[in-house]
Parts: sequence; C-alpha cells; structure tokens
Amino acid sequence: MSSSGVGKDGLRGERPGREAQIGRGVRRRGRRGERAMVPDAEFTSYYGKPILNPPVWKAADVAAYFFLGGLAGAGSVLAAGAQLTGRPAAARALKASSLAAILGSTAALIHDLGRPKRFLNMLRVMKPTSPMSMGSWLLAAYGPAVGGAAALDATGLFPRLGGAATATAAVLGPAVTTYTAVLAADTAVPAWHEGHRELPFVFAGSATAAAAGMGLVASPLRENGPMRSAAVFGTVLEAAAARTLRVRVGFVAEPYRKGKAGRLMRAGAVLSAAGAGGAALFGGRDRAAAVLSGTALLAGSAFTRFGVFHAGMQSARDPKYTVVPQRERLAARADAEQSG
Amino acid sequence: MGSLIGRNLLAGAEPEVTADAGYPDAPPRMGFFTDTSVCIGCKACEVACKEWNAVPEDGLEFTGMSYDNTQGLGADTWRHVAFIEQDKPIGQSETGVARGPNGAADMRWLMASDVCKHCTHAACLDVCPTGSLFRTEFGTVVVQEDICNGCGYCIPACPYGVIDQRKGDGRAWKCTLCYDRLGAGQEPACAKACPTDSIQFGPLDELRERAAMRVDQLHDLGVDDARLYGHDPDDGVGGDGAFFLLLDEPEVYGLPPDPVVTTRELPSMWAHAGVAAATLLGGLAAVFAVHGRSGGGR
Repeated sequence: MSSSGVGKDGLRGERPGREAQIGRGVRRRGRRGERAMVPDAEFTSYYGKPILNPPVWKAADVAAYFFLGGLAGAGSVLAAGAQLTGRPAAARALKASSLAAILGSTAALIHDLGRPKRFLNMLRVMKPTSPMSMGSWLLAAYGPAVGGAAALDATGLFPRLGGAATATAAVLGPAVTTYTAVLAADTAVPAWHEGHRELPFVFAGSATAAAAGMGLVASPLRENGPMRSAAVFGTVLEAAAARTLRVRVGFVAEPYRKGKAGRLMRAGAVLSAAGAGGAALFGGRDRAAAVLSGTALLAGSAFTRFGVFHAGMQSARDPKYTVVPQRERLAARADAEQSG
Repeated sequence: MGSLIGRNLLAGAEPEVTADAGYPDAPPRMGFFTDTSVCIGCKACEVACKEWNAVPEDGLEFTGMSYDNTQGLGADTWRHVAFIEQDKPIGQSETGVARGPNGAADMRWLMASDVCKHCTHAACLDVCPTGSLFRTEFGTVVVQEDICNGCGYCIPACPYGVIDQRKGDGRAWKCTLCYDRLGAGQEPACAKACPTDSIQFGPLDELRERAAMRVDQLHDLGVDDARLYGHDPDDGVGGDGAFFLLLDEPEVYGLPPDPVVTTRELPSMWAHAGVAAATLLGGLAAVFAVHGRSGGGR
C-alpha cells in the first residue's frame, strides 16, 4: 500500500522516484566508462530506448553472407588470373570454392528471409535505389557464370564456353564483393551508414584476403605465388580502409572498437596480419605453412565481417549514436546560420 | 514521366510526390498533424488502430515507463503514445500539485501519439527489393503483404524506427494510414477515435497551415517550448506526411532530432563501391602481372 496522497495543500508522502528526470532516460545500461567522447548533458533519450528498430538480420546468415559472397567474388578474379597465367590447379580449386561459397551465401540469404518461399519476389522488380534488388540481379548473373566456370573446368567440356564463364565471373566478382558494403551502408544504422565511403574498401580487402587464403590452402606450392601477394594486398587494403573509417567517422565508429564487435574486429585484424605475414615469409616454401596461413586469412576475413555486422547492431541499439551526431549537425547548422 | 529525368528524387523538397510516383490525377496528399499539446494519453488511437487493422496482440508488459507499456512503434504497434513526466511547467498551467520559485506549477506530463511519418523520401520504400512497399495515390507509403518476402531491409532503413518484422509471420508491417478507409472516403481509425483532436487528418497543405497557426497561438499563451517536427519540406526526408507539434526536443519523445533518408547518399555509396571493385580487380591484375606465367616468375 502506498502511503502518499494528494490534497489541496499539496503532495504528502511522495515516493522516492518522483524526482526522477524520466525524459532524460532512466535505463542507461553500461554508460559508465562510455563517456570518453561525448559529455552526458548532450544526450537525451526516451527511457534509453533505441530510436531505430535494429536490423532483424541474423549474424549467422547475413554476416556469413558478407563473408561467403566476398570469398566467392574475389576467388573468381584469382581463378581467372591463375588460369590466364598457367596455374590450372589453383584456378580449378578457386572456381570450385567460389561455386561452393556462392551457393552457401545464397542459401544463407534465403534462410534469412521471413518468408523464404517467396525468395523469387527478389526478381520481381529491378530497383537501383535498393542495393538488395541490384544484388539479387547481380547474383542471378554471377551464380550461373561461376557454376559454368567450375563445372566446365572440372569436366573439361566446352573449354571456350568455360573460358567465357570464367571471365564473366571475374568481371562480376568484384561487384559481388563490394555491393554488400552498400547493402549495409544504405540503412539508418549509424556505424554502417556513416562508414559508407570506407566499407566497400574494407569488404574488397577482406574478400581478397579470404580468397587468397583459400588459394593458399587449395593450390600446390609452385602455383601459389600470386596468392601470397594477393594476401598481403588484401590485408593491407582492409586494414588501411578500416583505420580510415575509424578516424574519419570518429564517435559513431566507436562500436567497431567496443564490446563484441571490437573483439571480433581485433581478432580479424590479428589473424589477417598473421596469415598475410606467414604467407609472405613461409607460404612459398612449406606446404603446411601455406595451409596454416591460408586458414588464418579465411578466419580473419570471417571475423572482420562478423565484427562489422555486430558494430552496426551495437550502434543501432544505443540511441546515443543516432541522437548525438544529429544534434551536432543541427548545432553546426544553427552556428552557420548565425555567423552567415 | 519525362519530367522525372535529370531531377534528384532521392532527397530535397518534392511537392508533387504522388504525381512523380506515376498518378496523373491524384487526390491531394493526405496526412496527420498530431498536436501533442492536447493529447490526454487515453490511448484510444492505439486501440482503434489495433481493432480496425486487426493487428495482433503483442504481449502485456509492465515497463515502469510512466503510463507507457506499449514502448514503441513496431510490427504490431502502429500508433504509440509516449508518456514523459518532467519537473518543469507548461507555460502558466495550473496543476494544483506544487509551485516552483516563479509561481508556475513545476510539473508537466507530456503525451504524444507517434505513428509512421509517411515520408516524402521514404527510405523503407527506396530499399524494398520486391516492390512490396509502394506510394499510394494519397502520397502515403504502404506495404503489400501479399508480396513482402520478409527480407527485413526496410527495418534498419527507417530513420524513425517505425516498421518492423512480425514475429511468427516473417513479413514487415506498419501503419497504412488506413488505406482502406481513405479509399472509402473515411478518415483513419486513430484520428476518428481521438477525443481531443490531437490527431488531425486531412490534406497535408491544410494541416501545415493549421499547425503554423497553432504554434503561434501556443507561443502567445507563453508555451515557448512548442515547436513543429517533420513539417518542413526541406528537411532530411523531404518533410513528413505525418508531422507533430511537440513541447520538448524530439529525442525526449524518442524521435530523431535530424533524420535523413539514407538513400540521399546512395549515389556516393555506389560510386565508392565501384572504385573499391575496380581496386580489387586492378590490384589482383597487378599481382598476376608481377608474378607472370607459372614457371617463368616465382
């Protein structure tokens, strides 16, 4: 029973929570230690609730799709290069891995749908404003090319058609690896949207490293020279782009360093660097070292994609990443109007 | 349709949004003006919406967030009344509870009925890969549930956190601005049920005029906090089809202070992805060029 009441002379026995500044947000979980970049007074929320509805995408589907799509796309480029430069074993292995990866990634995409039986509705329209629509059409063209390249190489049938399929897959492959960055960035999710300039380069680098890793695992020592260089190229591109993102985006890029996303991103960077270093130093001499380096590169790329995925989720769940930058934008505009 | 060519339809003011969507003789654009200064928090709008649209029950939870146990918009909540208790006065209002140093009552209870904004530049519609989301002849944005395949892209695209995926159903759902009632010449269920006319339905142009007058009136009464939200056709989403009169900053009500449609940056995103793809292709071509033919190089 409450002992408080309201009479003509005012309030009696008021309850302790009455003075709570509720509009300022009462459930600020884990805000202690998070105040490095933003003063608390700048930020108000509705009971600490997120402004956005966070994505309903599942990490096991969509982050895996980012990884597998990249592995497939960059793998197609490496396969074509290997074929052109007389490295048939590497080419055959990478064509097979690209086919497996794109099948896996398509399965993940369909599995993530709320209504998987309606997946063909993805090809109902063609909309340049929807990266998912463009991606669906891209996969519809790329998938058969990869399948043809792998099947014709394995069977040795129609070599010319196989060459055309290999070339088509190599041209479409880079688009398959980088469009997924637009897919993530074309949302209101702060950590993804604000990173829209760098994310395609992070994805391109990560995909190259993964495909090079697959090449190191699957091809003989005498053919893996380009894979070792590609591993270094991909890892450096990924690390440089991720660093540029964090520096340029600033506060909203905080989730890439924090919590689960931060741990995944760091693990990804360490594994990729170790894999690239191992590949460059020992991958040409020792088969076991090549396999180990390749595995580290594959794992590093996967960790990075899951890290990017979770950074987006973390930034969508915390209203400060939505409110603070928008407040700053309004303040800057007001300043500009006053001075101008 | 020729008039669409060469114009930026991704952002900025777009007065003829229904004509641009392909309706030659469209009725005037319809919308909501929600005047939160007269909202009494009765939640009749929430109930009327659920009843009319047969929106399923989505759990009964005690939150402790003032009188708000609904918590926010989602697949099964298309109207949401926010409650905010504050220890400051509304103008010279008399609450009979306590007085602050300046003689005014020192508490106020803000209530606001939130809804889908039916943006001029709707990110949910832009990113929908199936064409399930579409612009109606009334300028509103509606999901076609027989087409939606539950890809979920519209959900993080919305800068307001309106649309969401219905659990156990898989598809995305949100306010339709009672498309069926509008077609029959009726006003939406929430506006019909609102006992104080906090929710006003009508042609958007008319609502904007009425809202401007109401803000002036409140300022004259000494309610300096009153401000419009989502009324400006030059804002980041090209203006909302459902806009508000608020008594505090938008984020206090759980609304973003300066929302921008994500697709405004889409040309830049595609350009960066293109350069990144070219970097990948060029970089690997260089790698193979350096290594040369097998046996010849390293």
